[in-house]
Amino acid sequence: MTQAEMTVTGESLARPEGLQGVVADWASDQRAFKNVPWGKAMMWIFLVSDTFIFSCFLLSYMTVRMSTEVPWPNPSEIFALHIGGEPVPLILIAIMTFILISSSGTMAMAVMFGYLHDRAKSALLMLATAAFGATFVGMQAFEWTKLIVDDGVRPWGNPFGAAQFGSTFFMITGFHGFHVSVGVIFLIIIARKVWRGDFDHARPGFFTSRKGNYEAVEIMGLYWHFVDLVWVFIFALFYLW
Amino acid sequence: MAHAEGQQHPIGIYFIVWGWLFVLSTFSYLVDYFNFEGGLRWTLILLFMILKAGLIVAFFMHMRWERLALTYAILVPPVLVMIFVFLMTHEAGYTFLTRGIFFGAGS
Repeated sequence: MTQAEMTVTGESLARPEGLQGVVADWASDQRAFKNVPWGKAMMWIFLVSDTFIFSCFLLSYMTVRMSTEVPWPNPSEIFALHIGGEPVPLILIAIMTFILISSSGTMAMAVMFGYLHDRAKSALLMLATAAFGATFVGMQAFEWTKLIVDDGVRPWGNPFGAAQFGSTFFMITGFHGFHVSVGVIFLIIIARKVWRGDFDHARPGFFTSRKGNYEAVEIMGLYWHFVDLVWVFIFALFYLW
Repeated sequence: MAHAEGQQHPIGIYFIVWGWLFVLSTFSYLVDYFNFEGGLRWTLILLFMILKAGLIVAFFMHMRWERLALTYAILVPPVLVMIFVFLMTHEAGYTFLTRGIFFGAGS
């Protein structure tokens, strides 16, 4: 039984650090990203493009909110929950934020245990991450149901104020929730591979027939942390602003 | 800097970052809970947002330990979105102004 080989990314010669290193790495006849496996570089580039997508959503939200003459609905009141008869402002969103941050913490440790070849811990932490993610999506479904059924919020109008509130809300949180859902599925698939020892036994992948390694866990982690990162911006700019 | 096998760091770092993310999220929630208004509210929200985003990217996504060639390639383009923000702020202001003129007071 042989250990799966990690992608060889190391350079035999010492590279300059700092700004000089940037110039040297980007100079001609060089691979730009040293010490970075190609899969990870590709995930980063995908995440940059995804950043632009979410930026466009948040920017259009900013534009319609700034240009409407009708008062914007107060998210603090709309997303309040009644606990013991008293309305607690924004509490559901706060809980969702803490759940997503917790899932990021478990994911970071899953990556660490993956590189230590501790398969059980890595897989269990990833399943915990998936469970947190599924909980988040569940709470979002609850939030949407409350908004649509009880409050009558629609993409083209709502009883609280500016009509654009509904369209931007459903677009932004819907797209984010979709990302979380995809992440949960992705997590379960990678957790299964880790649990089965695919990366230790160099088992060929189902689609690609290529053997993987524990970099897959880190790449999965990058995606998941990005989902958390986007929520940080949505929480601040949509719910708190 | 260079690791033979991927990014490996002591688990303690993750717990510290995790703790800070909880603290900062609590702070940003409290901004809403105590109903801070105006400039103070916006400053605090943006401050906590940037700090949280920085912690996630730097430690959870290991950007702190990558070579600068990758860091700049990934982090500089999103910063340029600020130009887009500048443009759309003025566009929105213009739309608001014309709405005020044509559909404004009295209609």
